[in-house]
Amino acid sequence: MSSESSKWPLWEVFVRSRQGLSHKHVGSLHASDATMAIANARDVYTRRQEGVSIWVLPAEAISASSPADKDILFDPANDKVYRHPTFYTLPDEVKNM
Amino acid sequence: MTKAQHFEWLLSLADDALILGQRLSEWCGHAPALEEDIALSNVALDLIGQSRAILTHAGLLEGEGRDEDRLAFFRSDREYRNLLLVELPNGHFGDTIARQFFFDQFAMIRYGHLAQQTFDLEIAAIATKALKEVRYHAAHSADWMIRLGDGTNVSKTRIQESVDRLWPYIGECFEAHPILDAAITSGAMPDCKSIELTWKESVSAVLAEATLILPTDNWKQVGGRNGLHTEHLSYLLAEMQAVPRLHPDAKW
Repeated sequence: MSSESSKWPLWEVFVRSRQGLSHKHVGSLHASDATMAIANARDVYTRRQEGVSIWVLPAEAISASSPADKDILFDPANDKVYRHPTFYTLPDEVKNM
Repeated sequence: MTKAQHFEWLLSLADDALILGQRLSEWCGHAPALEEDIALSNVALDLIGQSRAILTHAGLLEGEGRDEDRLAFFRSDREYRNLLLVELPNGHFGDTIARQFFFDQFAMIRYGHLAQQTFDLEIAAIATKALKEVRYHAAHSADWMIRLGDGTNVSKTRIQESVDRLWPYIGECFEAHPILDAAITSGAMPDCKSIELTWKESVSAVLAEATLILPTDNWKQVGGRNGLHTEHLSYLLAEMQAVPRLHPDAKW
């Protein structure tokens, strides 16, 4: 394996495991365009029946929150327990929530 | 078709897949990119899976107690019935893609017919499953033909060279043979000419998009269906068969 793939742009891969669920990030890969990215994602990430649908998007299109902002973004939620729906019992029929 | 001819015909189907699968698996760990490495290995595993199903079926038909392993690991090169095309060394990535493209288009047409025929229902079921795999292989190899052909000057020159180099081995796919004739008479296969016409049509369409030229030379190298192979097959078999022949009754 050479460094050829490092010249290809990076793509983030999202796979939906079943109908009714949402696409989940499963990893990334290199490909020269979207068509190749989907083909590669199929070969790399769905070999063991992991999915029914694939999304790919250029990694550079993702804007990420800054790790330095972790305190101001997430800590304030720590003491707001009333926001959690833990006071309800879920019916058994609701499998994914 | 006599039972012996039926058995022999099944071997030719299985051996095409087995030998190409074994060849392709040599790319594992060596492909130009990790993603392509896994793609080629997936294709190799699909092909070996197809050959296992067909060999098992052939062994049962023969009725002499030979299972898939016995047929795969204990036949010599003279007993193999695969096309010469599939035993050729991998060459560079373009060579492998061009060979795969030519074979995938052929396999897609052949499995398409096998899935429809009613002479051998077991093969029809195997072909129905294999067709899904082969359609993906064909999409993958055609995509690469277009990328390389309609790519840079270097990639275009090299993939055209691959096409030209492999061309003499293509004719064998459509070559008449007594065993094949028996299969055609039984309705298990359509005649070679119709397969060739369909193949040329789909191959030409992809090559046109890839800005590549389909050779028109008619000279062909044949022999594989009679067990007369290139020198490359023996080396491939030696590697593939070494362990089972050293430990014939080992279980793992």
